[in-house]
Amino acid sequence: MTDAPVSKPKSSLLVQDARTKRRNASEARFKIYGLAAIGIGCAFLLTLLTAILFNGVPAFKQTFVTLSVTLDPAAIEDAENSTLKTAKYKAMVSEALLAELTEVGIQTDMDPTKLGDMLSSATGDQIRTYALAHPEQMGQTVEFTVLGSSRVDGYMKGRVTREALANDKNLDAEHLDIVDQLAAAGKLSLKFNPAFIFGSDASEKRPEQAGLGVSVVGSFIMMLVVLFLSLPIGVAASIYLEEFAPKSRLTDLIEVNISNLAAVPSIVFGILGVAVFIQFGGGSLGIDALRKSAPLVGGLVLTLMTLPTIIISTRAALKAVPPSIREAALGVGASRMQAVFHHVLPLAAPGILTGTIIGLAQALGETAPLLLIGMVGFVATNYPSGFFDAFTAPNSAMPAQIYEWAKRADPAFYERAWGGIIILLVFLLALNIIAVILRSRFERRW
Amino acid sequence: MPVLWLFVLLLVIAAVAFFAGRATVLRTVKGKSRLLHSLPGFYGWYTSILTFVPAFLVLIVWVIVQPLIINHAVAPMITSAQDDIQRSLMADDVQNIAKGLDLMSAQGLLPQETSAMPDDLRGMLGSVGVALGSDPTEDKYAAALEFRALSRIGSIALTAVVLMVAGAGFLIARRQVTPTMMARNKVEDFVRSLLILSASIAILTTVGIVLSLVFSTIKFFGLYPAADFFFGLTWSPSFQGESELGLLPLIWGTLFISLIALLVAVPIGLFAAVYLSEYASSSMRAIAKPALEVLAGIPTIVYGLFALLTVGPLLRTLFGDGGTFGVNWMTSADAAITAGLVMGMMLIPFVSSLSDDIINAVPQAMRDGSLGLGATPSETIRQVVLPAALPGIVGAILLAASRAIGETMIVVLGAGAAAQISMNPFDAMTTVTTRIVAQLTGDLDFSSPTALVAFALGMTLFVITLGLNVLALFIVRKYQEQYE
Amino acid sequence: MNQMSLIDRAVDMTHIKIAARGVNVYYGDSHAIKDVNVEIADKTVTAFIGPSGCGKSTFLRCLNRMNDTIDICRVTGDILLDNEDIYDKRVDPVQLRAKVGMVFQKPNPFPKSIYDNVAYGPRIHGLAKNKAELDEIVEKALRRGAIWNEVKDRLHAPGTGLSGGQQQRLCIARAVATEPEVLLMDEPCSALDPIATAQVEELIDELRQDYSVIIVTHSMQQAARVSQKTAFFHLGNLVEYGDTGQIFTNPRDPRTESYISGRIG
Repeated sequence: MTDAPVSKPKSSLLVQDARTKRRNASEARFKIYGLAAIGIGCAFLLTLLTAILFNGVPAFKQTFVTLSVTLDPAAIEDAENSTLKTAKYKAMVSEALLAELTEVGIQTDMDPTKLGDMLSSATGDQIRTYALAHPEQMGQTVEFTVLGSSRVDGYMKGRVTREALANDKNLDAEHLDIVDQLAAAGKLSLKFNPAFIFGSDASEKRPEQAGLGVSVVGSFIMMLVVLFLSLPIGVAASIYLEEFAPKSRLTDLIEVNISNLAAVPSIVFGILGVAVFIQFGGGSLGIDALRKSAPLVGGLVLTLMTLPTIIISTRAALKAVPPSIREAALGVGASRMQAVFHHVLPLAAPGILTGTIIGLAQALGETAPLLLIGMVGFVATNYPSGFFDAFTAPNSAMPAQIYEWAKRADPAFYERAWGGIIILLVFLLALNIIAVILRSRFERRW
Repeated sequence: MPVLWLFVLLLVIAAVAFFAGRATVLRTVKGKSRLLHSLPGFYGWYTSILTFVPAFLVLIVWVIVQPLIINHAVAPMITSAQDDIQRSLMADDVQNIAKGLDLMSAQGLLPQETSAMPDDLRGMLGSVGVALGSDPTEDKYAAALEFRALSRIGSIALTAVVLMVAGAGFLIARRQVTPTMMARNKVEDFVRSLLILSASIAILTTVGIVLSLVFSTIKFFGLYPAADFFFGLTWSPSFQGESELGLLPLIWGTLFISLIALLVAVPIGLFAAVYLSEYASSSMRAIAKPALEVLAGIPTIVYGLFALLTVGPLLRTLFGDGGTFGVNWMTSADAAITAGLVMGMMLIPFVSSLSDDIINAVPQAMRDGSLGLGATPSETIRQVVLPAALPGIVGAILLAASRAIGETMIVVLGAGAAAQISMNPFDAMTTVTTRIVAQLTGDLDFSSPTALVAFALGMTLFVITLGLNVLALFIVRKYQEQYE
Repeated sequence: MNQMSLIDRAVDMTHIKIAARGVNVYYGDSHAIKDVNVEIADKTVTAFIGPSGCGKSTFLRCLNRMNDTIDICRVTGDILLDNEDIYDKRVDPVQLRAKVGMVFQKPNPFPKSIYDNVAYGPRIHGLAKNKAELDEIVEKALRRGAIWNEVKDRLHAPGTGLSGGQQQRLCIARAVATEPEVLLMDEPCSALDPIATAQVEELIDELRQDYSVIIVTHSMQQAARVSQKTAFFHLGNLVEYGDTGQIFTNPRDPRTESYISGRIG
């Protein structure tokens, strides 16, 4: 090896040759692609959040009309004897509205029934409930704050325009003139509506009355089931796989199984729920608690879905505890079981809890399996009557309720769906913040 | 709920057994616990386990088996059934009647127990929330009464047997508990078997999924020819019968939408991961990485709504009739492109975080080697890092594809319902998952092909995603071993 | 070659390849290299020795700006290659590294074929006009890396399949293929067994004919065996720099003496 390398012409470092320039240009392009990709990702996130806030925030406000209604005993008795009780009450409210208009000096030749279209059909029930609960105020004039109809509400929020009302049979442009005047007189206004957060769902005709509260309870119950089943089972399974399992075919099979289950589409778990829990458990075995639409069944399905997540994160947490800890415990004569339960598990606890909370957050937002086990398609009107009832009585859940609203194809319900998403995201945010705090406060690096 | 109360009683007995066992062994050594093989508590646990577990198992088996036996016993009483299939359907009615009668008597709605069937039985049952599939007949009512009687006997026997087993367990444990007994080891063996049981839930879940899919799928193929299902080009279910249930349009829609999603997610996700791991300053990483992860944490229902109400209408104003571009490609806001785009957004963080892990697993020495030869960072990434990470990235893309294929909410809300085979991304399409939802919601008749087809669809979906997952996991695992 | 023959090593000091003036390196707050001045001759093997953490590798990585890849690293002072400041704003590190090649501590062949490993540098720098020329460059580099005979029949087998010593010689061949003027070697033998080490050392001595070779090592024997000039670093300072023979037989600084005689290490 004696031939010297071809001596190339000496080039100055301070001058970039053409090739280097070209290469640097392609370097710059490549960097721009990367930046653009991140930019697009962040732009997506911003668009999504803007859409949610822009469309969802109005759902927290609602149009209310202040009215004085005279609880006329004769009219109430007449209504109570009728088969259309709430309709009769509604008629009373419509009359009251007409009187209110006259009082503030608004002229109209609309008949009271048509005028009443401005108000929610839920007002009849509201007056009735009040009247029956307060018999002592019979004959008096009471001031009520009643819900405006969803069209009026939409007009107040700029969703419904006069042009759009041209072929709407519920409301005329004339109504809107009255709305404008009522608003000017301070009798009609947009107010914060707690019933959206705490109330129950309402029928398709009354979007203005619908609220998310009952489905929040449904979601909460499901999360309870998930927490109390998947945490112990997940931790036990992880301990076995990480600390005790021999290297065998069976262990391998379980491991592959768990990673695979983590990637099985959620809807397949829904099918499992229908077939195993509802058809087999509730039907063939006759276990009464396992019925369609029950949060218990939803919780069981979500538990099976969450288990792989919890097992994977728990195993990571156990793996992070250095073997020296186990050896120290074994060295003073503890059994392997004692070493694990007394030393390893407490040290891994923050990691396990963080993983569990993240698993819960996933389960909370999951929708597809809930559709199959029947947590949609009905109106979740009532809060459960008791603790056990909350597990077995048909209920909805937050994401299922949002889906239900989205399906009702009414802009007023769309607004509520967006609003529901805000509430759902607040819950998810809370869970994630707890997880972050847990991680930063208790996480130990070895 | 007598079974629930029996269970609570059993728990109380087990607690008592714990203290009894502990006290017994302490008494034999006169309180000198150093003489014991294990800590006193372990003897308590041992007694408690032996008392509780066998009795509990008996309880569970009994609760499951009893209705089956009773059903078998009352089946001959259903005389109006013409064949066995009808009889098994009617047996459900009998059970429902019996259940309804129980509810009615619990609520005090049942005036007196008569052997003659009340006239308005169906209405009465309806008032307590029990719906019957067909009108109750005299023979069914009689069978239901018999069912109730047998159930009552059964539940008394259950209580007796369970308590006896618990007692026997307790006595056996007491005889075995001696100071030299290795109580700790036995208790630990028990705990260990509980751990194994928990670990096998993963397997049970898979078995449950497979069984629930297989049985109904077989039933479906009994009613509808498998060849027509797999190779049919038309999807038009009809609950009146005469359905055409061809899989191909659904598979087409699924793959088409997934492809759009991957076309969006893979380049963006991959470039984002490369930039974040190779170029970004730590402060930029601190902002951009969580921002992308937030996209991953948002539930799919949110993306679905976004597709339905924001992206779809937006695309239509751009590409629809009289739209900004004046092209009139899009008639409805629900289209493959709507769902595909939004699904792509959802998958960006999935692709980027998986790729990030994989790119970071490529040893720094590789990069140094390339940079030391005078390669630019982008040359290093394209020619050294990415080829080295390729198997891992392929695995990540496969996992993303499996996600896309199994995604439900975005397509349910964004893709429309028209089952068609079209090359136009602006057409509405439908997927396997949306049809599962459509066929399995509402009141179902699990004996009709229109409902059962959902299980065959589920089976198809499960097999496809399982294949992709196993392949991806295998590739990723092999890849990780390479750099360990 | 393997004996400690320290005499008759003519060092050609006519041409200085690299000159460092007042070089300081900081990692965040820590001061890793303190005011180092050194002149490195062409066609010479220069060894950097010193206890671990003394900054010898850090200084080496400054010479082809590999430290640029570490965010928190900051370099002050001048480093001149053929009288051009390599930290000048106009200098492209990519061009610099083509001139100043590097071989690393652990053999790091790319997960590609042996051929592609060696052809990588010539390809990115556009040294070959066609396939035949590239073949020629690869063969020449592999011959210079003293590994040609072992791999000529399996040029398209993966480079990762070679033994440790072979991998390191492949990496040297890879570095040589871009025709650098300076070759930096960061403990090139620390991951190798004695036989492979001997082969690599022999190779280094041959490379001296064409390149300025700078080698970081913590084996004093190796420094004595392969180098003509030696620099001793301690706690970020360049303590002593001179002819290898003089450093090992007659060190001027007491710290150098302690290190050579094994009192600090």
